[in-house]
Amino acid sequence: MIRVESRPEWRMREYRREQLFQLVGALIVLFALTTLVVLLTTVLLDGYARLLDIKFFTNFPSRRAEEAGIKAALVGSAYLLLLTAAIAIPIGVGAAIYLEEFAKRNWFTRLVEINITNLAGVPSVIYGLLGLQVFVRTLHMDRSLLAGACTMALLALPVIITAAREGLRTVPNSLRYGSLALGATKWQTVRYTVLPVAMPSILTGVILALSRVIGETAPLLVIGAVVYIGTLPDSLFAPFTVLPVQIYNWTTRPQHAFQENAAAGIIVLLLLLLTINATAIYLRNRYQKRLPL
Amino acid sequence: MKRRIFQWAVALATASILVSCGKQETTPSQPQTTSATTELSGTIRVDGSSTVLPISEAVAEEFQKQHPKVQVPVGKSGTGGGFKKFANGEVDIIGASRPIRESEDALCRQNGIEYIEIPVAYDAMAVVVNPQNTWCDYLTVAELKKIWEPAAEGKIKSWSQVRPGFPDEPLVLFGAGTDSGTFDYFTAAIVGKEKASRRDYNPSEDDDILVQGVSRTKGALGYFGLAYYENNRDKLKLLGIDNGKGPVKPSRETVINGTYQPLSRPLFIYVNTKSLERPEVEAFVKFYIQNAGKLAEEVGYIALPDKVYELALQRVEKRITGSVFGAKGSQVGVKLEELYQIKEPTK
Repeated sequence: MIRVESRPEWRMREYRREQLFQLVGALIVLFALTTLVVLLTTVLLDGYARLLDIKFFTNFPSRRAEEAGIKAALVGSAYLLLLTAAIAIPIGVGAAIYLEEFAKRNWFTRLVEINITNLAGVPSVIYGLLGLQVFVRTLHMDRSLLAGACTMALLALPVIITAAREGLRTVPNSLRYGSLALGATKWQTVRYTVLPVAMPSILTGVILALSRVIGETAPLLVIGAVVYIGTLPDSLFAPFTVLPVQIYNWTTRPQHAFQENAAAGIIVLLLLLLTINATAIYLRNRYQKRLPL
Repeated sequence: MKRRIFQWAVALATASILVSCGKQETTPSQPQTTSATTELSGTIRVDGSSTVLPISEAVAEEFQKQHPKVQVPVGKSGTGGGFKKFANGEVDIIGASRPIRESEDALCRQNGIEYIEIPVAYDAMAVVVNPQNTWCDYLTVAELKKIWEPAAEGKIKSWSQVRPGFPDEPLVLFGAGTDSGTFDYFTAAIVGKEKASRRDYNPSEDDDILVQGVSRTKGALGYFGLAYYENNRDKLKLLGIDNGKGPVKPSRETVINGTYQPLSRPLFIYVNTKSLERPEVEAFVKFYIQNAGKLAEEVGYIALPDKVYELALQRVEKRITGSVFGAKGSQVGVKLEELYQIKEPTK
């Protein structure tokens, strides 16, 4: 145990600097947390009253704020999420398995890798513009649920591929060698040994990517998610709206009652995101414990 | 166990695709069963100006109560963006907070798209100051121009420069963002040229931010849609506008009798004539014209005189295409009744 007084002068200076740094760090965290708490409190105070009204969940949007609800947006978000998952998960996980387990390392795979990394950093509105040209116009999907899901799948793919590759990389090679040594084919090794072990981290990545999808507004506005709709989507080619777009629309209305609706919508979206992220954490913890390592 | 989760996810995804595919097959048959006498069905795509959106939304809501099988999704891509989609034939109807421009008209022609122009309501712009502002009750158009024209940039910084006798209070400006139709119209009406404005003001597409800005700054001056003033009366002070005939404040009466000039403007919808051949679109457009007045008032705008709605209905019946404004964009101080009457027989 060394007493502070016994330290030489320069040591004391370093010690004070460290303390100063800790103080600054704590202040920054405090500032961020305060902002968050203030925002959340405002939203909760503004919106909680609307949440008590069941009509808020069962009504379509309306010009009368008290009668307006998020039915179309909630269902639209759910459909979009499922459809995006159906498109992005097979492609994303498939691509990751190919790149990690099967592909030879040559200029082509390196090119693909660089592109995937770059795509993960592209602003989401760019994906919207791409989707508008490719899916909506060239492929004539029109402003439909399918076009939205395809665009969102593009947005989610880089995240899914990267996460899945990370997951596959954590599987020790000894497991692969063991499987191959027992006479399993490459595919059998991947299917029965590597994938099950990597599954928790792949799932986590997938869920986090999808939770990003559910909070996105910009690309969907670009490809033409509508802001008012009085019917639920009845096919892949139906027009649709989603929660963030509905919230955005309400915030731009002059009547204060619509701001309350927007706040209530934000709470629902937050709860949805928290649920999704909690699921990701739960799955990770649950399956990590069962690793046969 | 791990496998089960994965299989469950795959099964769910497949099921959702199957369900939506299964339903999709039934949709194309729906329009075929439609005839003039039976229930209308189909999808009417509406898009365009965010200013007109609340009206279209209200009309769509009411229309769907009568015709539950017709889908009326309403998008919001702005007047300019809306005309682009309209000219591409991607939507049936667009809302516009200004008349069509020459370039947009040309694009429609090029793509073989004909349209009918229908005025649906009046919107007035409110010029507001902070309630603590005791010195100013009205501004002349010339004074507003002096404040907002590009030449004022960096020069007109105090109220004392606006009119002799005003105090030396710093002038803080709030206005519409440069992408909005509101900005286009305000600049056209006040400065005399669309999009000509000083740049050193606080712009926002979100009118609530403008309301807050004006209500918190003593020397503030701002402009936005009248509906935003109506909903924030306690925080703002409304100014009269003097267009040479004494100060006039915006209200239902002054907008309709044409004395609140130049800051009141008509709002329009444009309908693709090809879409109008579909019975559900024709029904919707007629419903729109018949109910626009009442619903516009409800969402914060001002109804047109009944005569104008009658004229608009006639234009739809007779399929009179083209713009009465000669496709020249924002125009100031127009009398709709005269415009739609005079031009009618010539087209």
